[in-house]
Amino acid sequence: MLDTIIEGAIAFMLIAGGAFAFIGSLGLTHLKDFYMRLHGPSKTTTLGVGCTLIGSLIYFSREDGPIIQELLITIFAFITAPVSAHMLAKSALHHKLKPDPRTRGNPVELESEKPKHTVEEAPQGDSPLP
Amino acid sequence: MIDTALWIALALFCAAIVLNFYRALVGPSLPDRVLAVDTMYMNSIALIVLFGIWVNNKDYFEAALLIAMLGFVSTIAICKYLLRGDIIE
Repeated sequence: MLDTIIEGAIAFMLIAGGAFAFIGSLGLTHLKDFYMRLHGPSKTTTLGVGCTLIGSLIYFSREDGPIIQELLITIFAFITAPVSAHMLAKSALHHKLKPDPRTRGNPVELESEKPKHTVEEAPQGDSPLP
Repeated sequence: MIDTALWIALALFCAAIVLNFYRALVGPSLPDRVLAVDTMYMNSIALIVLFGIWVNNKDYFEAALLIAMLGFVSTIAICKYLLRGDIIE
């Protein structure tokens, strides 16, 4: 009885992990611009890999006691995924990738830098320049 | 029950890696490709773990841990290069 429950938990974790990772990669493939595409891998794929690792943790700690090493990879993935997503978003803003019109938000970094005044305009105030 | 779940999970992760590969080939900009490769190493970690379950051997976790660490460091290094034009200033 207990074996059946544990096997069911392992099977559920494996299939849930695979489904989450597949959905994340599907989002990476068919969303419109980079800022939308960043959502899929950085949240969903991390959860999918974590689910799979916890499933294998249960699988290998059935016979001879709990095994902690698998939890290390899970914790490492959950710590490092937001950091790499942040760095990727910063580099995308630095390259000024064009957002889709449906993407919400208007970050300062994406505004085009217009010159302060044109050549025809006379500078205001008492500037020493002509 | 575990065998069936294992095959389903393997198929899903392989399909996910194919989709990542498509994005890495097509991706219009450089951060897109970096993101695709980042996702690809995450999926390959899970694939190695599933292979470890398949052959019933728990030694494959060290390979997965190594891939996780090196992938994170390389992603951060490439992002740093894209941001500053230099990795260690």
